[in-house]
Amino acid sequence: MIEAQGLTKIFKDKKRGEIRAVDGVNFKAQPGQIYGLLGANGAGKTTTLRMLATILQPTSGTAKVAGFDVVDDPEKVRSNVGFLSTATALYGRLTSKEFVEYFGRLHGMDEAALAKRIGEIFDRLDMNEFRDRRCDKLSTGMKQKVSIARTLVHDPPVMIFDEPTIGLDVMTARVIVQFIRECRAQGKTVIFSTHVMSEVEKLCDTVGIIHNGKVLAEGTLPQLRERYGEQDMEEIFVKVVGE
Amino acid sequence: MKLRNIAVIYNKERVDMLRDRRTLFNMLLFPLIMFPLMTTGFHKLEARLTQKARQESARIMVLGAEHAPAVVEALRATGKFEIVPLAQDFKQQINDKVLRAAVEIPAGFGQPAAAADGPPPSVKIYYYQTELRSQLAVSSLEDFFGKQRDEMAAARLAGRGIAASVLTPVKTEAENVATEEKVTGARLGALVPYFIILFSLMGALHPALDLTAGEKERGTMETILASAVSRGELVMGKFFFVLTASLLTAVISLTSYGMTLRYTPPRAAVGAAGASAKAFVASFSLKSLAIVFGMVLPLAVFFSATLIAIALIARNYKEAQSYVGPIMIFAIVPAVISVLPGIELNPKLALIPILNVSLVSKEVLSGSYPWGFIALVFGATCFYAAIALGIAVLQFQREEVLFRA
Repeated sequence: MIEAQGLTKIFKDKKRGEIRAVDGVNFKAQPGQIYGLLGANGAGKTTTLRMLATILQPTSGTAKVAGFDVVDDPEKVRSNVGFLSTATALYGRLTSKEFVEYFGRLHGMDEAALAKRIGEIFDRLDMNEFRDRRCDKLSTGMKQKVSIARTLVHDPPVMIFDEPTIGLDVMTARVIVQFIRECRAQGKTVIFSTHVMSEVEKLCDTVGIIHNGKVLAEGTLPQLRERYGEQDMEEIFVKVVGE
Repeated sequence: MKLRNIAVIYNKERVDMLRDRRTLFNMLLFPLIMFPLMTTGFHKLEARLTQKARQESARIMVLGAEHAPAVVEALRATGKFEIVPLAQDFKQQINDKVLRAAVEIPAGFGQPAAAADGPPPSVKIYYYQTELRSQLAVSSLEDFFGKQRDEMAAARLAGRGIAASVLTPVKTEAENVATEEKVTGARLGALVPYFIILFSLMGALHPALDLTAGEKERGTMETILASAVSRGELVMGKFFFVLTASLLTAVISLTSYGMTLRYTPPRAAVGAAGASAKAFVASFSLKSLAIVFGMVLPLAVFFSATLIAIALIARNYKEAQSYVGPIMIFAIVPAVISVLPGIELNPKLALIPILNVSLVSKEVLSGSYPWGFIALVFGATCFYAAIALGIAVLQFQREEVLFRA
């Protein structure tokens, strides 16, 4: 469960002054559902998700993630979150197994549980072939799998994906999309951001359209279609943002 | 802050960095091979130069040779000079560096006392200032004519029945009373702290940059920040690894320096101090080394934390290198100053970071133990180290530093 209340982030820029990257955002994402944050570049998607993952601190407002407050209890929040974005790269000089182990240990797992968990994940994602290969020697698809394994190693109830498919080829993107669906099937709370309309239509149970740091419209796909009288997500988006 | 998490970070950084060839080179290989290479290189160069200098005699020209054929003959007999036939363009030849120098012997040179009351005949030497080999020829010539002068004076005095010793009514004599340990200690000991400081900085440099700016550049910073670890634990884990690298490099380089001095032939060791280098290395007591390392420990903390705090601001490794450039100068200059003669430890200097460690180590390695200063320098260095570490920890809390776009 994720619950954002008046989540606000102001950056101070020497040239442009104060920038309200995220401006009083409220929303709720439920377990077993996928919440999609749809917005153009610079709309505030990444900043919102970074605040939820406690990588950034909100200027004001707060959010509860898996029952913990992002401001008061950031470490507990991170223990309950799997965070994946195209910016979360791998340590090239570690092998895939070492890399996943590292994050498992940082999440406080003991060695026996870690070994068992890694065995399961590597089997499930079909990663055993490259488990002892260094990450900088992996293909993009393999790297994505290693990243997925990292987010899963501590079996978090909440998953946060920041534009996870950006820059990936069709086949690799499909692996990610499939993975997001599996997370939902397992009853996890999933939030992901994108600017790709088709992904929203394929995946999301609830959609929030974010523009200039504000959530301008929110609802299930059928609700949005009815409210704006359009079938196509792109048309709905343009109407919302254009208003 | 959980100790376990710091250990997990530390171990991962160790594995990660030791797979990086640059780390291995900077931390282990370079400090290990630098001194032996430098010493043998110096040895070879010195041997070659001496040999060359011996083989080559200076080409000179003698003007007015007819005034003192015996002197010219004596000049030739020294074997230091090759006397070329007279030519009118000798000045041009000196300028063209074909000729090292020319000497002009005046008429009446060496005539017995006849003109003794008038102004003495002067021997003129033509040379090329700033040209080293020309100046060497000049000093050889001056040596030669100095001896000629002394002999003539002695001969004249003898002619009048006076002993030559009347010319030196008083003699001065200097005798060194410092112990061998102190003499060599002051000479070589001045270099040791310099090397330790330099290498503890060098050892910290690459890991400090790679684990901060390098991590941003490769996009792993966000990955690690999203993990369960706290930022305090993260910076401490990184810091301890950088510190390890710094100390390890310092120890390796110092050991290599000591071994090189000990096991190379005395001639090979640097300059005049070389002969007693072995005695010097042997004179290193465990006590003095322990104190020096006690001083270097907080200094290495200071270096590691400072480099981390600064390199974290950079967006990538290259940018970080340009930021820490001035730090290198700030660190090296005090270390160099301490080697200068006449700089002595005093309460004010004992508070200047880096310079104080360098100066007090110099004292300790030359066999004296000013405990008050040792305590003061240690305390001051710990203080600076604590501040630097505090700043490094704070830097990791600053979003505008971590996510600088």
